Amino acid sequence: MERKIRVLIAKPGLDGHDRGAKIVARALRNAGMEVIYTGLHQTADMIIETAIQEDVDVIGLSLLSGAHMTLFIDVTKLLKKKNMQDVLFIGGGIIPKEDVSVLKKAGVDGVFGPGTHTEDIVVFIKNNVKL
Amino acid sequence: MNDIASKVLKGEPRSVARLITLAENNSPDAAIAMKDIHPNTGEAHVIGITGVMGGGKSTLISEITREYRKQGKKVGIIAIDPTSPFSGGALLGDRVRMMELAMDEGVFIRSMGTRGMLGGLTSAVYDVVEILDASGKDIVIVETVGVGQAEVDVIKIADSTLVVLVPGLGDSIQTIKAGVMEIADIYVINKADRPDVNQTVAEVKSLVDIDCSNKDRKKPVLTTNARNGEGIKELVNEIKKHKKYLDNSKEFDNKRMRRYEAELIEIIKKRLMNLIFDESKFKEKVESLIYKIFKKEVDPYTAADEILGKILK
Repeated sequence: MERKIRVLIAKPGLDGHDRGAKIVARALRNAGMEVIYTGLHQTADMIIETAIQEDVDVIGLSLLSGAHMTLFIDVTKLLKKKNMQDVLFIGGGIIPKEDVSVLKKAGVDGVFGPGTHTEDIVVFIKNNVKL
Repeated sequence: MNDIASKVLKGEPRSVARLITLAENNSPDAAIAMKDIHPNTGEAHVIGITGVMGGGKSTLISEITREYRKQGKKVGIIAIDPTSPFSGGALLGDRVRMMELAMDEGVFIRSMGTRGMLGGLTSAVYDVVEILDASGKDIVIVETVGVGQAEVDVIKIADSTLVVLVPGLGDSIQTIKAGVMEIADIYVINKADRPDVNQTVAEVKSLVDIDCSNKDRKKPVLTTNARNGEGIKELVNEIKKHKKYLDNSKEFDNKRMRRYEAELIEIIKKRLMNLIFDESKFKEKVESLIYKIFKKEVDPYTAADEILGKILK
């Protein structure tokens, strides 16, 4: 029985730059994953609700507005609250180095900045997803 | 009772979501749970929505759902998009048009890839309809992948089928061939603010006029503009009218019987293929037969008979 990796790709908050998210979504699709793309302006609650209904294995958020310390961490809190820590949570965008360790400590499993090769994200997911 | 099944019957979203995943992956656990699910189904009105690509199906579904929610109905949505036959991956983007429903507890949306099935559906869709039905949804909407020429399978599962068209595709009715036009219970011309809407309505109506497949019911042709909600109330009324029509005719039981027939065929197909091509028991035999066909020692029909004979004896 082949289990397909299901990934939610979304953009939280007030940020309209979705090219990165779409490129990642495409790359994951081409790697054989089922990618649920929900688009712009998602709240943490919407992201979690969608993740539950779609029963995803991975949540990937893209954020270029600088609000990652609030919005990514809101999502980690909700994941804990809902007992969903088995979901792999990755984030990408313009994220300063000094923030990365704080985000990881808060429960973001992987952080990918500008210049990341899409293949690295695919490999990271395949190595870390809990099916 | 099976644990996950009993939680689904209580309408618990996470169990609903998990059981759908199990069904999608052909897990034996799903088959066990479905034993307890099936007796608790049959109440939901299943609406199938198909039509031209870019016709606004997802937006239309969002608006139809909001109208049903106003009337206090709970809605389940199954949104199907194509799986790439090359990578096996899928980009499921129908939710983008349904964002307003994301936080509504009375709505459950599930995106699915076709996973190799032709006809516009995915083979687990029968299970998913039953799961949503059993979880207490009054309405289950199935959105097929955009329709080309042969995506007509939705009628096997839907009680009411909507075919969505848009104006200005020129001779649009020609582009969606015979089968697709025949499956509609209701025609919807969406994006009705576009020019040429009257011509499209006239074209479809002229098709309806010469259709004598059912003399008790003439198929309605409606116009909507899903972006601003125009015509949605009338459309939902028309869908309800169709349900009432089915309830009062023999057609309803007949439709449901045909749905179970299609489901049964799907399950048998899946199990048989699995048995022949995936289980180690037959693998060697199958490989050696393929080699014999290649060497012209046996023809494909005889080989197929030999495999089926081994299973059925």
